[in-house]
Formats: sequence, C-alpha cells, structure tokens
Amino acid sequence: MEKQIKLTIDKRPVSVAPGTSILDAAKSVGIAIPTLCHIDLKGTCVKNNPASCRICVVEVEGRRNLAPSCATMCTEGMVVWTNSARVVRARKTIAELMLSDHPNDCLTCPKCSDCELQRLVMRFNIREMPFQGGEQSTRKKEVTAAISRNMDKCILCRRCESVCNNVQSVGVLGAIRRGFDTTIAPTFDRMFKDTDCTYCGQCVAVCPTGALTERDNTDRLLEDLNNPDKIVIAQPAPAVRVAIGEEFGMEPGTIATGKLATALHFLGFTKVFDTDFGADLTIMEEGAEIIHRLKAFLAGDKNVKLPIMTSCCPAWVNFFEHNYPDLLDYPSSAKSPAQMFGAIAKTWWCEKRGIDREKVVVVSIMPCLAKKYECEREEFSVDGNPDVDYSISTRELARLIKRANIDFKALPDSDFDTPMGESSGAAAIFGASGGVMEAALRTVYEVFTGKMLPKLEFTQVRGFEGIKEAVIDIDGFPLKVCVAHTLSNARILMDRLRKGELDYHVVEVMACPGGCIGGAGQPYHHGHAEILQARAAAVYREDEGKAIRMSHKNPDIIKLYEDFLGDPLGERSEELLHTHYFNKQIQ
Amino acid sequence: MKIKSADALDGIRRKAAKALSVRETSKRVGAMKTSGLEQGTPHIQILCCGGTGCKASESAKIVENFHASLQAHGITDKVDVVVTGCFGFCEKGPIVKIMPDNTFYTSVRPVDVEEIVTSHIIGGNKVERLLYLDPGNGRHISDSKHMNFYRKQMRVALRNCGVIDPENIDEYIGRYGYRALAESLQRDSQEVLDDIKASGLRGRGGAGFPTGTKWEIARKFKAKDKYVVCNADEGDPGAFMDRSIMEGDPNSIVEAMTICGYCIEAHHGLIYIRAEYPLAVERLRIAIAQAREYGLLGKNILGSKFDFDIEIRYGAGAFVCGEETALIHSMEGKRGEPTLKPPFPAEAGYMGKPTNVNNVETLANIPVILTRGPKWFSAIGTEKSKGTKVFALAGKINNVGLIEVPMGTTLREIIYDIGGGVKNGKKFKAVQTGGPSGGCLTEKHLDIPIDYESLTAAGSMMGSGGMIVMDEDDCMVSVAKFYLEFTVGESCGKCTPCRIGNKRMLEILTRITEGKGEMADLDKLQELATVIKDSALCGLGQTSPNPVLSTLANFRDEYVEHVRAHKCRAKKCKALLTYTIEPQRCKGCSACLKSCPAQAIMGESRKPHVINPYVCIRCGMCVSRCHFGAISVI
Repeated sequence: MEKQIKLTIDKRPVSVAPGTSILDAAKSVGIAIPTLCHIDLKGTCVKNNPASCRICVVEVEGRRNLAPSCATMCTEGMVVWTNSARVVRARKTIAELMLSDHPNDCLTCPKCSDCELQRLVMRFNIREMPFQGGEQSTRKKEVTAAISRNMDKCILCRRCESVCNNVQSVGVLGAIRRGFDTTIAPTFDRMFKDTDCTYCGQCVAVCPTGALTERDNTDRLLEDLNNPDKIVIAQPAPAVRVAIGEEFGMEPGTIATGKLATALHFLGFTKVFDTDFGADLTIMEEGAEIIHRLKAFLAGDKNVKLPIMTSCCPAWVNFFEHNYPDLLDYPSSAKSPAQMFGAIAKTWWCEKRGIDREKVVVVSIMPCLAKKYECEREEFSVDGNPDVDYSISTRELARLIKRANIDFKALPDSDFDTPMGESSGAAAIFGASGGVMEAALRTVYEVFTGKMLPKLEFTQVRGFEGIKEAVIDIDGFPLKVCVAHTLSNARILMDRLRKGELDYHVVEVMACPGGCIGGAGQPYHHGHAEILQARAAAVYREDEGKAIRMSHKNPDIIKLYEDFLGDPLGERSEELLHTHYFNKQIQ
Repeated sequence: MKIKSADALDGIRRKAAKALSVRETSKRVGAMKTSGLEQGTPHIQILCCGGTGCKASESAKIVENFHASLQAHGITDKVDVVVTGCFGFCEKGPIVKIMPDNTFYTSVRPVDVEEIVTSHIIGGNKVERLLYLDPGNGRHISDSKHMNFYRKQMRVALRNCGVIDPENIDEYIGRYGYRALAESLQRDSQEVLDDIKASGLRGRGGAGFPTGTKWEIARKFKAKDKYVVCNADEGDPGAFMDRSIMEGDPNSIVEAMTICGYCIEAHHGLIYIRAEYPLAVERLRIAIAQAREYGLLGKNILGSKFDFDIEIRYGAGAFVCGEETALIHSMEGKRGEPTLKPPFPAEAGYMGKPTNVNNVETLANIPVILTRGPKWFSAIGTEKSKGTKVFALAGKINNVGLIEVPMGTTLREIIYDIGGGVKNGKKFKAVQTGGPSGGCLTEKHLDIPIDYESLTAAGSMMGSGGMIVMDEDDCMVSVAKFYLEFTVGESCGKCTPCRIGNKRMLEILTRITEGKGEMADLDKLQELATVIKDSALCGLGQTSPNPVLSTLANFRDEYVEHVRAHKCRAKKCKALLTYTIEPQRCKGCSACLKSCPAQAIMGESRKPHVINPYVCIRCGMCVSRCHFGAISVI
C-alpha cells in the first residue's frame, strides 16, 4: 500500500493517500467543507476545479493566506482548520460579495430551492446584504429552443465552461472581457444560435445557479392539456422513469414507470404512450441498416460507409453536422426514437382513428434539452406541423406533477396505453450509454444469423468508461463495435474516422455523461456520481424485468410493420422513419 | 560568422574594447581635460540616448543633426555618434554625452546640436547652458559622476545602459558580454547553477524568490522540451525598469536566458513582452538575430554541444499576465488567467512542460554575477537581499528617472539624495513602492534600509521597482482609489474576492471621495481588504488591497476628514470643494464668467461676481482665468 499522509483537520486525525485534496480528506472524516465552483463527477470526465470561487477556503497553519481546499493537496503533518473565525468570516464575505452582484429575485427564479448559491447563503446565515447597492454587471440573456441563458445570475464558477470545452469539446462557452465585466459567453458575445452549440445542455446540468436553465414548456403544455379541441399524447423516454422519483424524494435509481404512467394519465393526457415503443422501432430500422451495410461490406462493396453510427442523440447529430460535415453519410439515417414515435403517431395512429394531425399534440418527455431543439427541426414536420410538437424535460414534468397537486410517491402503478405503449427490454436500456448498441446487437444477431441469441446481455458495452470497445462474434463474423459518451470522446472517434483510422463496424455515441440517464433535463445531480450510477443500474433492472427483451419481438412493432410500414427500410419506413443531415459548419 | 570558441569570442572583445575605451572613464574622472579636436583629442564619441523617453523628445532628430553637422564640418572620421540605451536621468532628457571627457548634456534640443559640435567637439569649450544645474549650489556640473543623481547609484543590471550601442552585439561583447556564457559552457551546469545560488540573487519581479533555487527546481524536472521564459510583461503604472534594460542592453537578456537554459537543461527560450514596447521588441529582435549569426544562439553554441534558441511572444498588455501562470496561458493562446500553484511552472508550465520564468532585471544580473563571481555580488546589499535594485523614480520628485542602488539603501537616500527631494519645495507626504501591489510609506519609514523583507514588514512590497513620490498636494484617499481603479481594470475576473471585492472597495472609496461616505465604510474597507488579501487566488488579488490598507493605517485621519468634515485637505476630491469669489478682490471683469463652461457664475460688470455652488462643476477654469486671485477653493 502506498504510504499514507497523516494530517489533522479540525483537531481530527486524518490519514489519506498522497494526492488527496483537503476537501476530500475532510469528507472522509465527516467534515463537509462548503464548495461552489468545484464539481467532480467521479467516474466520468466531468470535473471543474479552477479554485476560483474561494468558498472552500480553509486555514492551514503556517500558511500566509487561506488555501482553497478543493485544489490544495494534503501534506504530511498539515494542520487544517475549516471552521476558524478567520475562515468563517472570509467565506461569508465572499458569499456576500457574490450576492452583491447577483439579482435578488430568488422567489421567482427557476432554480429557487435547487440553487447551490442559495443553499450556501442559508448555510452561512446571511441575513442581510452588506454590499448591496453597488453596480451590477449586466450580461446577455437569451432563450434558445433548448437553453435559457440569464447570465446576470452567473457567479463565474466556470463549470459550464469546463464542461463545454473539456467534456464536450464543443468550445462554445468561455470567459470574455475581464474583471468585474467578465462574462461566460460564446466568442464575441454571440448568441448560442450563431455558434456551434449542440444544445446538449450539460452546461445547464452543472450550473449551480439560475444562469443556465432549460427553456420551460410547461405553461404551453398546460394550455394544450386544457384545450378540449386538442388530443395530447405523451411519450416519456426510457431514462425519465428511472430518474423522476428523485424529484419526489425517492431513492436515486428507483424505477417509477408505473407511477409515471399514472401521473401522466392524471395530468390529462389523452393518450399515454411510450417513447420505448419508438426505441424498438429505431432498432428495427437501424438494425436493418446495420445489416444492409454489413452485407454490402461483406460482398466486397468498397464504397460502403463503415462504421455506421447511431443517430438517436440530437446533440450528437448537431455536433457532427457542425464539425464533421464531410462525414455526414456515416451516421445511420434512422430518426431518433422520439421522432419515429411522432411520425407514426401523426400518421398511422391518426389515420386509423380518422383524426386530423393538426388536432394532435405529441409531447415528448425527455431527459434531454437538445430534444427541444430537435422538435423544431424543419425536416421533422409536415406542412409546418411538427411530428413531435414539443418536448419537456424530466424536471419540467416533475414541476407539472407538483403543480397538479399529484402526490407522486402515493400513486398507484398503471400501464401505458396501447398500441404505442408496448416495449421491450431492449428499448429500456436506451437510457444508458451502450444501451442502443446492446439493443441493436440483440436484434442484429438474430436477424443476421437467423439463430437464437445464446446470451442477451452484452456487458462489454455497459458502464461509464469514455470509450468502450468490443468484438462480438456474430456466427463467426467478428463484429467490431465501439461505444462513446460525451462529445469529446466522440471527437476522438470522428478525428480518427476522418484520418481513415477508425476500424469499427458499429459505433454508438451519446452526448451526455453516462448516456441519457445523465441528460441535461434530468433532476440535478449536484455533482453526485452515485446518482448517475444508480440510474444506470435501474435501466438494466428494468430490462431484466421485461417479458420481451428484443425489439423485433415486440408484438406491437410486428403489427405496425404488418399493418402499415411493410419492411424495415421499405418505402414507407424510409419516408417516415429516416432523415438526412445538413452541413452546419459556421464559416 | 559563427564564433566557435571562448578564445574567438575574446578576440572580438578585444577589438571592440578598443573602440569602447573612449567611453571607459571610471578611473580617469576629474583628471580629464575637456575634449576637443582643436585641443588635440584624437577621437571623440557622442553618446545620444535612444531610450523611449528621450526618443519622444526628438533624440532621433538630435542624432540626425549630429550626423549632418559632422558631415558639414568634415570630421566624421574623428567623431562617432553612438545611439545608446537609457541613461536613467529621464527628467533631464534628452541626454547627450561627450566622450572621453564625460560631459553630460541635459535637455538637449535638436537646435543645440550645431553649438555642441562647433563649441565643444571642435573648439573644446563646453556648452555651459546645457550642463546639469545642481539645485543645491546652483553650479553647473559637467561630469555625471559628480551629480547626486548618480553618486549613490550602483549600476549592475543597468551596467551597459547608456554606455553601449544596444543594436551592436560587438559593443556588448566588448564589455565582457557572452564571456559568462562561454565560461559556463566549459563548466558543469550544476556548478554554474550553484554560483547563482551562492550569489543570493532573488527574483526582481516582485516576490523575491531565490533565483538559484528556482532554477534548481526546474532542473529537477526532466523532459525533452523545457522552456526558459523571460517575463517582460512590465505592467506597474510608472515603471520602466525592464523596458530600459531591454532597450539599452538586450544582449544581457539573451545571454542570461541561454545560461539559464544550460543550467536547467532547456533548449527553448521565450520572451513574453507587451506589444506596446515596440522599441524593446525591435532591439531584442536585433540582438537575437546578431547572436544567432555569431552562433551564440542556435545549435552548438560556441562550439559546445549545447543548443538553445529564443522566440519572442507578444502580450496585449494585461497586468495580470505578469503573474507567471497567467503569462504562460497567454503564451499558449489562452485567456491570460492565473491558475493555482502547485503545480508550479517548473513542473508543468508552457504547454505542460517544465518551465522556468524569470523577470528581465533578474536575468540582467546573471552574466555579471558569473563574470565577477557570486561573492562579489553577495557582498552587495543586505543580509537577505543581495545585489542592487533598479527603481523607476516618479511622481512629485525633482529627478524623475531610472536608478539602481544597492539593497539596503534607505528611502531617504533615494528620495532626497538621488531624487533631489520633492518638487517645488513641497512637503513630502508618502512614497508608494511596489506599484498597485505595494503600499504607501510615510516619513517614519524613510530610514528603513530597503529590501524585500523590510518593505513587506512596513506594509508595502518591493514589487518590480516602481516608486512614486507624493507631496502635500496628494490626497491619500484618491491615491488609494487610483490604484484600486487600476487593479479593478486589470483583474482577470477569475476569483470572486478580486473580481467583486475590489469593485466594492472602489465603490466605497468613490463614495468617500464624493463626501457620501460613512464612518462604517472605513471598517467595511478594512474588513474587505483583509478578506481579499487572505483569499484571492493570485498575487494580483492578494496584494491589491495593499494601497487601501496602508493608507488606512498611515493616513486614517484623511479618511476620517473626508467622511466627517467632507473635506479633502489636498483639494483633490472635486466633490468636496467649494469655489467662492471674494467680493473684496473681485473687480467684476467677467473673465471667470465668460470662461465658466457650466454658466455657474453670475454678476454684473464691475461688480463682484458670485458662483452658484449647485451649478458649479468644480473644473477650476475660473481660478486659472482670474487675474486678481479672487477665487478661493475650500
């Protein structure tokens, strides 16, 4: 065992491995030093450690000034005070300074009660604003399709900047101007819409205050739900059901599928269907495309584009449209599950019932913010009527449930409506990184080989590792697959592809850490990686509990093809379930 | 032509030294007769200051006129014109020096050139009116050695400034330049490093970290690519030490960086300089090009196995980029923001590689330490601070300029002996050392021997060497406000205490200077300043409250006066001033009325006028227009 470092924190002896920060060392003996800019989503690459907010300062004996505990490493014999008068005074003053350059509208702030600054203010017992009346920095506000920016509320923790640059390699957010006028913004203070922003929303997921939030669609939804002329259809994504419970005090990783369906019924949705149905449909189409390309490849076609890449994640789609316009024919042309669902709902389902699509409002409930943008893409609409009218996030749904006086925890379970509510376990695992790959493999194996899959689980592609690789034996053919999450990992793959060095057949990419379970529309994780892990575990539990665990075995899917679509990649499927991509490079 | 050995270098030195011998006057001071061609002086050299200050006062034109005049008199073969670096006595620039008699002409204008040539160069008669007038006895002093400004100085880092042509590497070599490098390359690099350690040299950028130790740490981190960085981002308001060294003696920086590279086993040098120093950039560029031509940079330097080369990187002039981690980020093309240390640049610096960052003045000391030996250097100065320090003397002082004194010299010696005392016979009030990071020291601090520790103990700091003298007309609250305005403008915005805290302090100070302050504000200032000092991320933030803390400590009565009596004794805080016309003195000429931009003055012709205090904007225009001294300011 490596030599341990011994030190004292608040009179308590602590023994830690070399390279441990004072913050972590203190945590190990039950001392929770307050932090603000610091975030370390352990096990993922989400980390922000600029030591800039100075909230976590502590007194180290023999040191001239206070030390930021998040970035100061323990040394042998160190004597640390986390709660001395000097520290408490500095910490409080720093928080007061933050408040002096922060709007005073907590009551109406979207982050109220979930705001990390607010929590600190309560914790430090700040009861008045000693520096109030000073100049406030005025910064840009913007509401995009997905993200709402109110940078007046920014406390410059730089978490969003770290995530946008280091985790997503999108590089849109950074500090501009200096001193008191410093703002986190795109270059030249551009609007998000004029940048390479993918709307992944990870900046929102880590923002401690109300500076970056989702665009709120709840009022719009309430209006539609109360409009007797509208038929409102809900479709919640796989990752929503394993996270929404957190908003109601349930343990992270609680599977709340039944309660979710009940809540949606209670909210007044005409039909409560399931995006999982769309996920199964995606596997049918994408699986067929994989097989199609593989067969061409095996037949010696030199022009076949391999690897084929998944296209479910709207932020990932934006990412390659912006950054890799030369590689647009590698990703699968299959639409995302939510969009497939919308396309089928507004054709097949409407036609069967003789309903005009204009009357139907399809609302997707997503762990994602980029889905809001996806809904607005022109190619996903017919004569201006979108296939999915709009999307709300897990958090927005939770707010609606609370607003509708529904006691979520006490709800009985119920089922989704038919026919678009039936789904397989393969669809359930779409919520975790590697899930789409695993779901596809289950179907591709059986369809490609015509044989029974001996073991359903492909654990090689599960987990939080940034880039996962596996070789799957498909009846003698070694299928090389790769799964990446976060866009910086996607960039590594795409750069290799551009150089002709990407030797895989199938690649899955999800923009958010851990996949959709770590999506930007999910309940805030506040830096607790255990929450993401619990959600991922729940996704796989959900799969295990399903009677049907392969997409092509979903009876409603089979029926849809028989009734309406014909074959995967058939004429109608191509028309409704496939899309094309655009060069969105910013000159 | 590449110089391949120490001997070959010495050959060049000997040749150049001959030309330079006319300028070596130290041993013959006093015995020297006035030079003049008619007196039989075989060779005369005219040294013209080519520093930025003198250039701004047309020194280039002076040089041009000298050339034309010498041409016209047909004496170009006997008289040389040399453009040198800064002489330091900027107050009296442009400076022209005649050698070998060491005549020091001050405030020379282009029209004076002809007289100097005919009267002095040819006729051997000094031009009296251009000589320095000793304010003490009213006598002209011809030889700078006898001037108080120079008498107490000891020029080590500035040894070549004002002596050699900075654009001619031969002249640098002629003064034993590159000898330290040549000798170092023949020694074990650890030994050379030990000499630097033994000299006791400490960083001249402000913090005073021992240079040898810094090099040793950088040496320990092994990597293929390592970097030597020269920090030439001089940003203190009123400081121009580094600029003068680079303009006057650029080769010393090139040589020192190469030696540092040899000691820490680095092969890349980078000079980070603000683009607003065009002359320094140009001279460094010339020095680097000439050094490359001689093989003093590049592969196999002086025939050894050591390779080293230098690149210049430009900064946009942000004060915070003088902080080494911010400087490195700026060089990397990133935002100039500091990051927490450790890791120190020695471990992970430029591009994540081991990097050693030294300030210009620190580097300028290196060659001379090695040629004259660490013992010689460590004999100068105080116990903990060795050697000399360059200061930029400015403010309300008679002799504004650049000076270099041994550590341990007192502020009194600098201000009164070298600086010639406070301007216009006013009363000394304070001196700010260390620029915006330093503090205001008062009369009671004047006899402290200056070194890193003593200045810090007095509530200020050495800083890079800015020294601004203030007199009774300076309002100390305004002074603190001035420096805080600077740091608020220069804060990078990364950490909360500096970004918002300094802004709030500035707001409080502004309130006080506007007569809107409260006594509680003084406690608030003290409290905020203490927290910022204790919790800011980098040196800029940690030292930014110093001007406030030191003025609060030393001039609290002035603060109180502003708050309680709404009075600014220095009459600097406009909002606290009242302009009134004394009716007995006013003749009713209406000169003030006509000049008032705010139309605040009323009155009939030939009758006493009055000022409406509510309209008056306190611009002072009326005071300057009144012929009768009838307007008083309280």
